[in-house]
Amino acid sequence: MQVTANEQAILPGPRAKGQSMRILVIEDDREAASWLLKGLEESGHVADLAGDGEDGLALAREAIHDVLIVDRMLPKLDGLSLIKTIRAEGIKTPVLILSALSDVDERVKGLRAGGDDYLAKPYAFAELLARMEGLSRRSGEPTQETRLRACDLEMDLLSRSVTRGGKPILLQPREFKLLEYLLRNAGHIVTRTMLLENVWDYHFDPQTNVIDVHVSRLRSKIDKGFDEPLLQTVRGAGYMVRDA
Amino acid sequence: MTLNPKIFRTSTFRLVAVYLVFFAISVGAVLGYVYWNTVSLLERQTDETIRAEVQGLADQYRILGLQGVADVVNRRVEEGAGTIYFMANAKKARVVGNLDVLPPFETTESGWIDFPINVGKGAAKQNHSGRAYFTTLSGGYTLLVGRDVQEQRQFRDTIQRAVLWALGLATVLGVGGGIFLSRNFLRRVDAITGASRSIMAGDLAQRMPVSGSGDELDRLATSLNEMLSQIERLMAGMKEVSSNVAHDLKTPLTRLRARVESALRSGDRSEQRAALEKTIEESDHLLQTFNALLSIARAEAGNTREGLVANDAADIVREVAELYEPIVDEAGGRLSVNVSGALPVRADRQLLAQALSNLLDNAMKYGSPSGGSGVQLAIAASASGGHAIISVSDHGEGIPEDQRERVLERFVRLDESRSKPGNGLGLSLVASVMKLHGGKLTLADAGPGLAATLELPLLDEAR
Repeated sequence: MQVTANEQAILPGPRAKGQSMRILVIEDDREAASWLLKGLEESGHVADLAGDGEDGLALAREAIHDVLIVDRMLPKLDGLSLIKTIRAEGIKTPVLILSALSDVDERVKGLRAGGDDYLAKPYAFAELLARMEGLSRRSGEPTQETRLRACDLEMDLLSRSVTRGGKPILLQPREFKLLEYLLRNAGHIVTRTMLLENVWDYHFDPQTNVIDVHVSRLRSKIDKGFDEPLLQTVRGAGYMVRDA
Repeated sequence: MTLNPKIFRTSTFRLVAVYLVFFAISVGAVLGYVYWNTVSLLERQTDETIRAEVQGLADQYRILGLQGVADVVNRRVEEGAGTIYFMANAKKARVVGNLDVLPPFETTESGWIDFPINVGKGAAKQNHSGRAYFTTLSGGYTLLVGRDVQEQRQFRDTIQRAVLWALGLATVLGVGGGIFLSRNFLRRVDAITGASRSIMAGDLAQRMPVSGSGDELDRLATSLNEMLSQIERLMAGMKEVSSNVAHDLKTPLTRLRARVESALRSGDRSEQRAALEKTIEESDHLLQTFNALLSIARAEAGNTREGLVANDAADIVREVAELYEPIVDEAGGRLSVNVSGALPVRADRQLLAQALSNLLDNAMKYGSPSGGSGVQLAIAASASGGHAIISVSDHGEGIPEDQRERVLERFVRLDESRSKPGNGLGLSLVASVMKLHGGKLTLADAGPGLAATLELPLLDEAR
């Protein structure tokens, strides 16, 4: 959850951290779907399943879900057509596309059709969960903010300055972008792939873990000399900036 | 010989037919000219001579009277110049001349007549054609002067026949030649069609027949054959690649399976957990291999060509260098970056960045001298000779010269590198990305170390 200057005003109930979400999974592979549903329920969410495009469309039209997880290749109605249809009907529910088609071109197609994020199969469940929670946050987020905050760390997007406990912290442009992304997702896990995609705009996996070093450099700048570390490593998943 | 109706639809036949029409017209024109200049010239000359003579005799008559004309006529007849003379009185009876009777003609003042004449005596008597001009003189006399035009007529007929024969012969030869040529052409086209059908049916070793004449059909067949050879080579490459892929993926899958099996057999929960974690790690690694293979396939298929847009290679290099600089630093090494100015190229930013990232990954893995620590890497980009030259060099062991081609192939890993993690696809991807961009990857000795150089054509306006 991101935190702004007017903290009280933007704490939307259903989007708050740890709150359960209602998720519609549209996936025809029964086994994959059952694992996915199990995982989502274990994470405290409520999940509905549609086994084909037409059922999925009917359920999505009810607009009662917080996030839709849509497979691209579906019987009866393919995923992209489904997304185009609901978008044309004005349904704004965030959509995470799942697909075995992992090309950048395919990804662009998915996002153009109205998807909000694209995850290539096979995926790590932690990755899916992080992205899905990120999506539901983004949809509720006010578009124009000039300040981001987590605990005593404050970022001013206009003057491009960062302070912690009132002390200024000097950041390189990339470090600033990295921190901005982490702050926008404060309180939630972001994965290395999410960072690579959103901070660097790279859609491939380098063989070496280049991201970790960037994050640890950032950490040394914002956490050094403070008792409470803000930037945490979540083992097996990614990173998280604490917001409380 | 049965005529295949297809022949008339061949382009050769049509060409021959059109040619034939023009040929016939020109033959006709030439022969017509000859005819005009011989036969009709002769006829006109004859007519003019006859008229002149009639005119002369009419003048004689006016001046010298009947007797004068008779004398002239008799004299000329005796000279035997082959001219026919006849002068008749008002009763159409002969007054003088070498013709027995006046040939019949319409009673007009004057005019031309054609009539048969008898030549020779007895058995040698022949019918010839005569042509004469007659005119009426004062006193009711009729004067007729003519010539035996039998030879002329025969000559004219001969020429006419020759013209007709020539036209006929040209037509027959033309049609025959057209059919012959078209059949020949059609046979060869049918052979090529047949060959392409059997290739389509799966016989890739089949080739188009080449007659050896070096004509346009041969040229077509030759270039089709070259294309087929290229396709066959590519197909063979594909087959090899897919069997390599199958082989190289079997190894980690076997390992994975064995691990899971042994974990199942063991009852120790912590051992099982460790095996599961290792399994995820291994399957992630397999996935990476798959993704690398897919990227290579995509770059080689050239589908991404539409993703090639104007990009600044210098920016891409700077960004990737910035991404890697901290990790090199962390590993106790140094990455020196030497990029100047802008390098406008047509490139896919993702693929080019991935290629550079592969080169830097490699340089980090193999870039330190054996036993030594701290990699010394350099990345440089500059323009030279219409190309953007990007090089990544290290201070490691390098690659022996005779292995530099081989390491670009899929799954090829040198023995020295087998101990380190990797899938043997990194350089293959770089090479195929360069191919897609119309550039190339060269590996050279950095003395010491390896220098991998990417060459990309600069955009035109930058040259």
